[in-house]
Amino acid sequence: MSILVDEKSRVVVQGITGREGTFHTKLMIEYGTAVAAGVTPGKGGKTVEDVPVFNTLKDAVDKEGVNVSCIFVPPPFAADAIIEAASAGLKVIVCITEGIPTLDMVKVASFLEDKDSVLIGPNCPGIISPGKTKVGIMPGPIHMQGEMAVISRSGTLTYEVVDQLTGAGLGQSTCIGIGGDPIIGTTFIDHLKWFKEDPETKGVILIGEIGGTAEEEAAEYIQKEFNKPVIAFIAGQTAPPGRRMGHAGAIISGGQGRAEDKINALKAGGITVCMNLGNLGQTALEVMGRS
Amino acid sequence: MKLHEYQAKDIFGKSGIPIPNGQLVTDVDQVTKVTQIISGAPWVVKAQVHAGGRGKGGGVRVVHYPYEVATATEDLLGKPLVTKQTGTDGVIVNQVLIEEGVEIEREFYLSMVIDRSSAMPAMIFSQAGGMEIEEVASKTPELILKEYIDPAVGWMPHQSRNLIYGIDPPLSLGSVKTLMSIMANLYRVFTTLDCSLVEINPLAITKDGKVIALDAKMTIDDNALFRQKELLHFDDPREKDPLELMAEKYSLNYIRLDGNVGAMVNGAGLAMATMDVIKMAGAEPANFLDVGGGASEDMITKGVEIILKDRRVKAILVNIFGGILRCDVLARGVLAAARKRMIRLPLIVRLKGTNVEEGREILRNSDLQFFVAKDLAEAAELVAKQVS
Repeated sequence: MSILVDEKSRVVVQGITGREGTFHTKLMIEYGTAVAAGVTPGKGGKTVEDVPVFNTLKDAVDKEGVNVSCIFVPPPFAADAIIEAASAGLKVIVCITEGIPTLDMVKVASFLEDKDSVLIGPNCPGIISPGKTKVGIMPGPIHMQGEMAVISRSGTLTYEVVDQLTGAGLGQSTCIGIGGDPIIGTTFIDHLKWFKEDPETKGVILIGEIGGTAEEEAAEYIQKEFNKPVIAFIAGQTAPPGRRMGHAGAIISGGQGRAEDKINALKAGGITVCMNLGNLGQTALEVMGRS
Repeated sequence: MKLHEYQAKDIFGKSGIPIPNGQLVTDVDQVTKVTQIISGAPWVVKAQVHAGGRGKGGGVRVVHYPYEVATATEDLLGKPLVTKQTGTDGVIVNQVLIEEGVEIEREFYLSMVIDRSSAMPAMIFSQAGGMEIEEVASKTPELILKEYIDPAVGWMPHQSRNLIYGIDPPLSLGSVKTLMSIMANLYRVFTTLDCSLVEINPLAITKDGKVIALDAKMTIDDNALFRQKELLHFDDPREKDPLELMAEKYSLNYIRLDGNVGAMVNGAGLAMATMDVIKMAGAEPANFLDVGGGASEDMITKGVEIILKDRRVKAILVNIFGGILRCDVLARGVLAAARKRMIRLPLIVRLKGTNVEEGREILRNSDLQFFVAKDLAEAAELVAKQVS
């Protein structure tokens, strides 16, 4: 098994006619993803990579029965796109867009509260269930189907980790980039809960970074409720306070969000913390009893 | 984007948040006129820099005679101000705010931020104003009150009451009313201007019963600047590191640090992790540089250019994970950059991902000197060896 997306996912790409949207639609199809529709207002009736384009998401749902969305819409229009997808009843919404105003995300988060939709991102690489489907921009070939789950706030850092896992012979059930923004749709705990119920997943890699307290909250949840091995890595031990390290959410402010505090909280929760990124694959092998 | 105190106060003044009378000066010749317009004594002369800790750094002077206003202004203008946030070189003071002094009866703290865990804006109030809020939070956390704001309904008057009626000893009815309107106005400023932080510390009650914002900090969400164009003129490039300014023009994420190992990485998380690995190997990173998750040849050339402008850099580590962009393409980018910029520093390259063998081959077969590391650990050791 896997969580949230699999071979049954029928994907709609919002912003399919844009440069990124078109490029990644092609790569997703190459990986085997069922991209069933695209949406770009005003471009309805066209096709991109043989995928039919609609003016509204409602049309895409009615005509193609899509159930997962992948959003490449530019920042000023992205909040509307997410809410459009949730209103149309899509179960999983993946928002790749980087640069959405935080107050727009405040509205989105509030709107999603009583909806059934799961939002991944924004500012994320997406989600992949190796061998089944990929909804996002991560390089497909580095992945391998298997037993490890990966939940991460980062992009290339996740690829690095996945590459090490695959190299060590540890495949992945589902890998999720939850996003680098201050406000994101789903966080570590949401995904840990789903992975807890997924029999294929035997262990979890949690990749955090400076900023916020999501890792501390995850540590508390893992200690209390999670029964599978977790290996954590936290980026930004050398990051100066008060500076935004690339991601909008990666900032130490008001004495909160330091890597050290996150590492301490995770360790206190009995979680293995890998201190040196170069050793992550090896550490995972040891924790999973495969070395 | 950070605003200066005088800019934030300008916004406050127009938004129903009372501020002291004040005037900005950029030249000491302007002072005489200003002391005639702004009533005193005393006057407060305040260095306008983005860095915090101005008070303790000597950037805020309370003076009692017009000639002292001039001396204090002259003392600050054009000279570096060192605070705990600036580093030892300090930052040059280009502007000074001269304000009327007020007699303070009580000092409060009032701010708004985005609370990440609840995904809501939050207003924070404390009756222990005038000192650092982190200090209050650690010593007397019960004195910090927080109200979360449902974006569907906005700031409600009862939330002001929740914050204000806990104040001990209680305020006069007049002060309560003013404070309530300040809170409502602060929420309006925060949301209409896409702020990520607004802080008033202290928010003072004067001896004659006025409530007034004596200081102001304001940060605008960079992601919202596309719809806050009228705020763009508040940007002050003089406050930024010249290399960071150059990186901004190239759309690169670059932050200058104190070490001597230049690092160029694709992706912010991997860039942070690479800095950490450098440090763990016993060296110090000179910068954070993210050339973007889908780095292009051109971005890599520009990244190298910026690193080379930092004279302290003694070695460069390039750590690229080729995902969608293949390693062979990235290797050619590094090669082109090295050729173009005539790099004389040791260059350690670590490539990983799609087509990694082809990428390494291109570097090995080039006429330039590269250290090609097989993994991150080896890369960091090579770097440490080069700078030790």
